[in-house]
Amino acid sequence: MRRPVITFPVKFATALVSVVAVLGAATSCSPSPDAGDSKTLKIVYQKSDSFTALDAVMQEAKKEFEASNSGVTVDLQAIAANDDDYGTKLALAQRAADTAPDVFYEDTFKVRSDVDAGYLLKLDGYLEKWGDWAAFSEAAKEAGRADDGGIYAVPLGTDTRAIWYNKTVLQKAGIPLPWQPKTWDEILTAARAIKAADPDAIPFNMYAGKGTGEGTVMQGFYELLYGTDSSLYDTDEKKWVVGSQGFTDSLAFLKTLYDEKLAVSPAEALDANVWKKVFGEWFPQGKLGATVEGSYSPSFWQKGGAYEWAGYEQDMGVAMFPTQKGQAPGGVSMSGGWTLAVGAKSKSPELAFSFLTTALNKKNALAYDINNSQIAVRTDVASEPDYLAANPFVKEVSALVEVTHYRPATADYPRISLAVQVATESVITGKQSPEEAAAEYDATVRKLVGEDKVLQK
Amino acid sequence: MRIRRVLRLLPVLPSVLLLVVFLLAPVVWSFHASFTDAALSGKAAKDPQWVGADNYLRMFSDDSFPLAVWLTVVFVAASAVLGQNVLGLLIALLMTRSRKAVASWVGTAVVAAWVLPEIVAAFAAYAYFNREGTLNQILGALGGDGPDWLYTFPLVAIVLANTWRGTAFSMLVYRAALADVPQDVSEAALMDGAHGWQRLAFITLPLIRSSIATNLMLITLQTLAVFTLIWVMTAGGPANASTTLPVLAYQEAFKFGDIGYGTAVASVLILLGMVFGAVYVRLLREQRP
Repeated sequence: MRRPVITFPVKFATALVSVVAVLGAATSCSPSPDAGDSKTLKIVYQKSDSFTALDAVMQEAKKEFEASNSGVTVDLQAIAANDDDYGTKLALAQRAADTAPDVFYEDTFKVRSDVDAGYLLKLDGYLEKWGDWAAFSEAAKEAGRADDGGIYAVPLGTDTRAIWYNKTVLQKAGIPLPWQPKTWDEILTAARAIKAADPDAIPFNMYAGKGTGEGTVMQGFYELLYGTDSSLYDTDEKKWVVGSQGFTDSLAFLKTLYDEKLAVSPAEALDANVWKKVFGEWFPQGKLGATVEGSYSPSFWQKGGAYEWAGYEQDMGVAMFPTQKGQAPGGVSMSGGWTLAVGAKSKSPELAFSFLTTALNKKNALAYDINNSQIAVRTDVASEPDYLAANPFVKEVSALVEVTHYRPATADYPRISLAVQVATESVITGKQSPEEAAAEYDATVRKLVGEDKVLQK
Repeated sequence: MRIRRVLRLLPVLPSVLLLVVFLLAPVVWSFHASFTDAALSGKAAKDPQWVGADNYLRMFSDDSFPLAVWLTVVFVAASAVLGQNVLGLLIALLMTRSRKAVASWVGTAVVAAWVLPEIVAAFAAYAYFNREGTLNQILGALGGDGPDWLYTFPLVAIVLANTWRGTAFSMLVYRAALADVPQDVSEAALMDGAHGWQRLAFITLPLIRSSIATNLMLITLQTLAVFTLIWVMTAGGPANASTTLPVLAYQEAFKFGDIGYGTAVASVLILLGMVFGAVYVRLLREQRP
């Protein structure tokens, strides 16, 4: 009786041990990236159903690059996600050398904190030898500069924000065109007129709440705040501003919009996909009077865009967002933009930078700026007739560079931005008054950055 | 003899190995990270510092944490302990008395929700509770006007969704348990003049006590960990009104890049699960005299 009892487990055990051994072997012999003289470059970027312009550029650059560098394989890894999730996935990939990309698409406002994290390679030495670098505008070169003064990223394009309005909706309300409000009150007056003319219309929407993330602040709250005499951050003192009247006033303006039902319902505002309705349904169907959106808006409507709309060139108009009481400089815009950067953990940085220059050469930059309605950062692209004729709004939105602001791209910024989004959400949902929400924002900022990095106004 | 004893343990070795690699290691890593300021970006990403219990102390000054604990407890109590458990038992009891055809129809309908992958079930629930969703269309057809469930009653919506999704498990456990209840005991009680509810309370329930405890433990732990369903339906909103601990941990770690704080929240969640687990294990042990 003893024998079978012992032999069974032994046989069984050997079988299992071999299974484990196979498993172990499988995990330990992952393919080495640089075997022999064939090299692979890993490129990580964002692609979504409504954003394919960069993918087209990357496919083209891959073709060009592989043709001129034999033995090199370009491995394009498009991440399908929204901006927030893309940032998270990218950061996770950058934590380990095995998964870190060689070249990647990076938001300008994350450059500084990602340089601190050691994810980005310093490019100064490479840029010196790249003739095209001189073609980039001086302002654009700053986008990739970190706290140590070095350049770590090269911009693909930039953008501005403006009021986009539907001419037919405004006309119905008897508003003379072209429309250019001079103060916040003029916006409210126009919005009320639209409401009176058509109770079903959404007169003037501004994003708010956590659902739309950075969109809430970039295409909404900052246009208000930077048009008061306040700001988010004091660049000279390098301190975050708290307790300003401008902050409370901005929240109060949002409260008026939402309370008087001049904007969408709070429930709709909190839906992360509300912007898709703005571009895909409400503007084309003439249900929305106006909203604050980016200079890239035409990219959604033009041929090949996510929400093709042939009539947008005639039906849409663009206006500068006014300052609170019309004070100088008379208007506000916000700019962001994305860059390409080389991974600090790249095993072949020379090759990676060379790919970056291919992706950003004049031909590819021109194609990208046109297809994605970007404001060109290369002066040679900006003067191309094709670029200027890409859509009827290029000139107007490019002019807003004069009044634009940039986010304070410090490592603390993402959390501060969230605190602003929370404040707007509390106000539009009626959970807090503008004063209460501003007080809570102040408390959050103090907790986040500490007393010594706060400026009481 | 010793060799034999060691060999006897061999068959469990692979599973122990897998558990250590894929379960214990991440738990230990996460516990360790919760004492650092590890982050997705910024200086702390390159060189995380040991911050001691800072992350845990922060929970007490952070309004969203106590709220998340409370929401988690309510979510588990309402959707698992009350919803899935009681509803599952009720359906199983009714099925023992109903006609076979009815029982099999009901069984299929209930199990259908369980068969769906979580993400599909979550989208189905979203489509049902959404402002223009099925529920409001039904209410509209009946002349009513439903609210925006996911916005006005987010907790109610996710509790109902989780109850719908998980009841099948409890129902299956109780059907199996009820099938094992000896008929003669019940009949004896009937002879003694026990009413229906008396037989249920004094005969049936005590006999299936161990199944109840096992079921409660499993569904509690499962519900504590529910993430996809909530994330798809409400993403924790509006204004944190449906942010349970798993959602909070995810938001902190991956939305705000604060891995230290996120893992601290996750560690509390693990602790909470262990407390629940320990209570149920005790319950299980006590009933065997």
